[in-house]
Amino acid sequence: MRVMLVDDEEELISALAERLILRGIDTEWFTCGLTALERVGSGCFDLVVLDVKMPRIGGLELRDKMRAVCPDMKFIFLTGYGSERDFLLATAREPNVCYLVKPVEIGVLLAEMKSLIESDGAKT
Amino acid sequence: MNQASQTMDDALLRFFGRMTASMTHEVKNALATVNENAGLLTDYAEMTLQGKPLDPERVHGLAARIADQVIRADGLLKILNRFAHSVDEPLIGVDVTEHLKLLMALSIRFASMSEVSLNVREPADRVVIETSPFPLLNTLFGCLEFAMRAAGRGRSIELWAEKGPSGVCIHFEPLPQLDDTSAEALEVDETHSLPGSLEGRFVMNRTSGNLSLLLSKRA
Repeated sequence: MRVMLVDDEEELISALAERLILRGIDTEWFTCGLTALERVGSGCFDLVVLDVKMPRIGGLELRDKMRAVCPDMKFIFLTGYGSERDFLLATAREPNVCYLVKPVEIGVLLAEMKSLIESDGAKT
Repeated sequence: MNQASQTMDDALLRFFGRMTASMTHEVKNALATVNENAGLLTDYAEMTLQGKPLDPERVHGLAARIADQVIRADGLLKILNRFAHSVDEPLIGVDVTEHLKLLMALSIRFASMSEVSLNVREPADRVVIETSPFPLLNTLFGCLEFAMRAAGRGRSIELWAEKGPSGVCIHFEPLPQLDDTSAEALEVDETHSLPGSLEGRFVMNRTSGNLSLLLSKRA
């Protein structure tokens, strides 16, 4: 499984990436959405974990741009307080998408990742 | 309660909600960072139990990260607490520079999302005005939101106060994109938002790129 993590909180996302790598998951992390988008241009990932609210480009817009390049990529959104409503409005009835509220329990994240990868386009 | 007063109360409540949501979002990020780094420490401990060597420098580094995030969250909660207490007094002498510092601390996420940095300039003398602290913060935040739009991404805005002929002047500058920013974006009601016998007036100097709020005693 190839996973990309994108969040502007560097000490959060780098630690999460290391935890996934320790569990044998091929992981790359980015603190800038535009840099992450550029990276996707040179190769797709199986799954992207995105923060909803980031400077320059928000998670929902970034997902749309990434999906235009890699239509089969799956997404997990990380939200803080107040982002859940926006997220649910924007992603209702979409396949290949789910969201988790920070802080995330690693076991829950791994289960959602596995579920999405195995879902093959079905809504989770 | 008349219509204008109700509208003002609604605006102040919305302001309180926005600030509280923003600050708690930041606290949530600090806690999420603590969560991941504590989890990583646990992962290392598990690996040690399986006979893999532990790098003490790495453990120190992760512990320091956690300690830094605790300090960050504590600082955010102190600011939020000061903000909550700004409604305590209906009318007091407000140190405007200290109020601008509180505004700057409260606006950290808004500034980050706008890619703007903020700085409060210290005046030579204390600038104090008698007013109601919470509505003044609301008005200043309205000015700051406008200023962030008129500054443009990657810019730094300086906030500073000085004594004026009949009150105080609060400045937001430089705003290089002020010429392209509609004055309608300054969504603050200067007539009703400043209780305590104060009236406010906004002055935009599009040539020098400066927004000023002039506060004076109501005649």
